[in-house]
Amino acid sequence: MNENILVLEGVNKHFPLNSFRMRGKFVHAMDEVSFSLRKGEVLAIVGESGSGKTTTANVISRIYRQTAGRVAFEGRELSGSMSRKEELKHHKRVQMIFQDPFGALNPTRTVGGIMERPFIIHRIAKEKRSVQEMVDNILVQVGLEPPEQFTRKFPHELSGGQRQRVNIARAFSVEPDLILADEPTSMLDVSNRMSIMNMMLNLKERHGVSFIYITHDLAGARYMSDRIIVMYAGMIMEIGPAEEVINNSFHPYTRLLKSAAPSPETGLKRNPLTTGGDIPSLIDPPSGCRFHPRCPFVRESCSLEIPPMKKIGENHYARCIL
Amino acid sequence: MIQLERPEKTRLLQCKNLVAGYRIKSGFVHAVDDVSFDLDKGGFLGIAGESGCGKSTLAYAIMRLLKDNATIEGGSLLFKGIDLVGLSEEQMKKIRWVDISMAFQSAMNALNPVLSVGEQLTDVIHAHEEVTQSDARERAKEVLKLVDISTDRFNSYPHQLSGGMKQRVMIAMALILDPELIIMDEPTTALDVVVQRTIIEKIQELRKALGFSVIFITHDLSLLVEISDTLAIMYAGKIVEYGSSESLFNRPLHPYTRGLMNSFPSLTGKIKRMGGIEGKPPDLLKPPEGCRFHPRCPQVMTICRESCPVLERIDDRHSVACFLHRGAEIL
Repeated sequence: MNENILVLEGVNKHFPLNSFRMRGKFVHAMDEVSFSLRKGEVLAIVGESGSGKTTTANVISRIYRQTAGRVAFEGRELSGSMSRKEELKHHKRVQMIFQDPFGALNPTRTVGGIMERPFIIHRIAKEKRSVQEMVDNILVQVGLEPPEQFTRKFPHELSGGQRQRVNIARAFSVEPDLILADEPTSMLDVSNRMSIMNMMLNLKERHGVSFIYITHDLAGARYMSDRIIVMYAGMIMEIGPAEEVINNSFHPYTRLLKSAAPSPETGLKRNPLTTGGDIPSLIDPPSGCRFHPRCPFVRESCSLEIPPMKKIGENHYARCIL
Repeated sequence: MIQLERPEKTRLLQCKNLVAGYRIKSGFVHAVDDVSFDLDKGGFLGIAGESGCGKSTLAYAIMRLLKDNATIEGGSLLFKGIDLVGLSEEQMKKIRWVDISMAFQSAMNALNPVLSVGEQLTDVIHAHEEVTQSDARERAKEVLKLVDISTDRFNSYPHQLSGGMKQRVMIAMALILDPELIIMDEPTTALDVVVQRTIIEKIQELRKALGFSVIFITHDLSLLVEISDTLAIMYAGKIVEYGSSESLFNRPLHPYTRGLMNSFPSLTGKIKRMGGIEGKPPDLLKPPEGCRFHPRCPQVMTICRESCPVLERIDDRHSVACFLHRGAEIL
């Protein structure tokens, strides 16, 4: 259990801007992101839009190459170019589940056609008949029963929840080692969310994969994961065991997220938010701590240098000088 | 139909047995089917339900904005004693936006991309009142200040604003003629949690200051329970449970409401496996016989397949449409 499947060390991802006015500037989508993922662990990355959580997933899956830093998957460096064969192997081992269940499925293919592709691309099954068996098997696992009824259908004939089930089935079908799920439930109806989350947890157990769950919902992260990373404006603000991060949150941003989440129990007795404002521009991110312009506890030194990760408790770190 | 007995408050909107929907080739889609509720002056009514349950159709019906094949088939909408259903388009124009306004679901698409925020706001004033350009500009700037947008943004175009700011402009636009009722159709769904919270706080603050009533439509029950006084849970075109939010939260009675309450993991307390609701909402063209929830209901009984339960009063502040609770005194 203690073996790391994935290690990120000081990873930066900067996107160059090409317009005339902005030439020479960069969008700082990820800065100094370091974390590791143990085998079989569920790690949640929580943050608002623009916090760099999707970029992190895209770097791990080699959709983007990092600008600086080190990404190692099962001890192997993921930088520079790979041969086509190695690239294919990496994509088989690291699968993604995308946010938009409507955009992620080819509308001109039937579910059967969509589900066969990974088996053919990764040469998992030799014969047509065994492909079909495997497709049926995985469709049953995600609750699309009876499978022959679904394989003939086109994506537009399915509901949002069913489409997301197809996406999840496709990700699990090639027996990957790591699954990156990028807000898999945020576009689904509320009544579907829990069953999709439970299904992902069950499949994760059954297939023994490691899981990175990206979300903006702190409560959902707590439900799904063993550990939580809180990201803000491209940097990790806090990382630690799920219960620790939520019950003993240290960073003011984590506390802000916590106080903003709806909670019927507290009702109107809740305290008003301590801070407003938006995520800063990632083209010229604030100097020092990226959260300092919004932080209610800001001190002079916060704008001067980026605070280092500080140990708060066991396996619990926060990027704050307080 | 229950009446929340608070005689000191005056009733602003009374919706009675409203039926609205879409006429299509193969029949009539009952998007809003026999819906009744009351809204007091200054009240905050939350309507919760999944997509396709008819909540947006209900909002458009109240605004009389149903277009083309969508119609109100029956029932009444008494707004300060006037039945909105019977009004002509001319008469309705005098009420729409002046007395009842609306903040639409996606602020990104509801604002005109080629007009500045200021122009759009002054347009609203000019459409309803005879005022000079400078007066209109003053009013528009004032209302922008109300929603915490600096007046430098008066000449900005929508694409220059963040999602949260656009949504606040939408609210400013709904407020500009000082209406008595604002219908908000998922105003915060596309926003980040922190931005959502600031918008909600702003709405509550303005409501206290200006005294308008709100109908707030969303699928996020956890948010609604927290912010509204009265809650209506809609499923497949019908209100299945109705009452004070406190009572609904502490004692959800309808299996659908219970399922919804069980669909949001909590930040506090022990982590328990939650269920959600299996299955999907029915096709409103051919709704199931009997109770519309029965194919998904974990506590379905024989009677549920045969006849449809109506809203029945449990106590002063709570009513439910479910055979499990019919005639039963529930403590």
